[in-house]
Amino acid sequence: MKQSDLKLDGNAIAGVLGEIFAVEMTVAEGTCAGCGNVAPMGAVDVYVNAPGIVVRCSACTQVLMTIVRGRDRTWLDLSGVRRLELRS
Amino acid sequence: MAFISRGFKGRRSSAADSSRLPPGQYLATGFPVLSAGPTPHTPLEKWSFTITGEVDQDRTWTWAEFQALPAEDITADIHCVTKWSKLGTRWTGVPVSALLEGVESAADYVTAFSDGGYTTNLPLEDLVDGKAWVAFRYDGQPLDPEHGGPARLLVPHLYLWKSAKWVRGLRLTLDDRPGFWESNGYNMYGDPWREQRYWGD
Ligand SMILES: [Zn+2]
Repeated sequence: MKQSDLKLDGNAIAGVLGEIFAVEMTVAEGTCAGCGNVAPMGAVDVYVNAPGIVVRCSACTQVLMTIVRGRDRTWLDLSGVRRLELRS
Repeated sequence: MAFISRGFKGRRSSAADSSRLPPGQYLATGFPVLSAGPTPHTPLEKWSFTITGEVDQDRTWTWAEFQALPAEDITADIHCVTKWSKLGTRWTGVPVSALLEGVESAADYVTAFSDGGYTTNLPLEDLVDGKAWVAFRYDGQPLDPEHGGPARLLVPHLYLWKSAKWVRGLRLTLDDRPGFWESNGYNMYGDPWREQRYWGD
């Protein structure tokens, strides 16, 4: 298999992904993809009495994030978050 | 369906109870409230129920029209994917087949949609022939909003996330489209007896 010199596979970002998601996430600021509200992840609305964890925008109630933990897998849906600002 | 018992008569022996418990489930005390968002409080005068999607024409009922449809009393065991089960729950609801009467459609699947934006997908054949209802009473009382009132889907032979709370209609579709939980790891079908909790189960 021939690979372009410029295009790498996902293993190339293992280090940076590990760094990004190791930070304190409750102070990370999320932007709601629905209404644009910006709030720290510690200030969102969270519903845990459900088949998964549902995180909603406290301004417009739209779903920001769902987290489903299976037996040996976790599904993380971030489609309701337009952007995350992480502090290093 | 062995687990839908009409004429349920009080408590069964614990041996009978355990044979009615699908794998991995435990018997709940009380009726746990599960919620993925704020509880909607749609006033009855603004409530309606709609059959839409791949149909010859949409059907819509107001609350008063819906209440005039023939309803049935149902006694059923219910099974939540979070592992609690509750046996012999008593409901009143309109059979989904009554709502689909006269509807012309080539659809094989349904997406139930609810106030608050929740959706769940089911095969159409799992909603007919006395297998599913739009329930509006629980234990002889109007269905409490925290349990999905004014009306929720009741499909007791599948995990309870398929029994959409605050249901407002059914969208008939030609193919099986994942709903809210089914998009995020939960099983497209959700048979508790085959323990179909997640993708690939
Ligand atoms: Zn928002």
